Amino acid sequence: MRSSFVILGLLYSINVFAATPQALLKEYEVQAKQENSAFSGFSSDRGASFFRMERMHSDGKKVSCSTCHTADPRNQGKTRANKLIEPMAPIVNPQRFTDAAKVEKWFGRNCKDVLERACTAQEKGDYIQYLVNVK
Amino acid sequence: MKNWMQFLVLITSITAAGSLLASGGMGEGGGSQMPPVSNVKWKAECSSCHMLYHPGLLPEKSWNKLMTGLDHHFGENASLDTVTRDEITKFLALNSADKQDNRRSSRINQSIPANATPVRISETRYFLSKHDELPASTFKRKSIGSASNCIACHKGAENGNFSESQIRVPR
Repeated sequence: MRSSFVILGLLYSINVFAATPQALLKEYEVQAKQENSAFSGFSSDRGASFFRMERMHSDGKKVSCSTCHTADPRNQGKTRANKLIEPMAPIVNPQRFTDAAKVEKWFGRNCKDVLERACTAQEKGDYIQYLVNVK
Repeated sequence: MKNWMQFLVLITSITAAGSLLASGGMGEGGGSQMPPVSNVKWKAECSSCHMLYHPGLLPEKSWNKLMTGLDHHFGENASLDTVTRDEITKFLALNSADKQDNRRSSRINQSIPANATPVRISETRYFLSKHDELPASTFKRKSIGSASNCIACHKGAENGNFSESQIRVPR
């Protein structure tokens, strides 16, 4: 009885705290299908151009993901306040995309900073797909 | 019995004087530097994009204003879930410049007019008077970035230590 609680607790904590990029992609796939019935999978190429696509922010400055993360996701980036950002690509930073809450927090903030709107599940999935494919 | 009482009084006063000295002096009580403070969420959330600012750098009213506008935080979205935000706000308020008895916090607080609620430390009169010998070009150096990057010159900034002896202005 007690051990089944332990196992249950373990399963629960794995679910909440430790995700894998693949598990996250599955979750975003479910959401993407709800958002768009014509959903046909995530694309690494689309994610790659999304990562570098510059747009004019309403504050008059050009901005993209790579403004802070650099054009190569294997590099360390830098925030506007001079703080180091660890690389986005799991190949050099295995911590990436292993914490669902953290991933959602940063999509939530950064999509609004760059796109001035929330990202779609399609965009989030493409983005992760691209980054896990970076070798 | 009387001797005992005298002894007790003596010990108590020595201890009291000792702790006063240890805390950095008479009168202002808390010494010249800000005391070490810690909160796991404050540390994690408030230092992912910028250096960690000690709560003793601004009064409670400033922290409250800042923490209610996190979705437009100096031009960036830094929003938090409400539980985390409330915990950090409470921690900042509890240790804010108007709740501290160290000299620097008191002076920062005194330099802020009653009708003002600055959210930039670098806009307080205290900050401006302390840095008035530095030209704007110094702050713009690549190694510094801006006046908000305390740690570029004050290496103890994140621990609330801004003492003169710790300053080194990079080229």
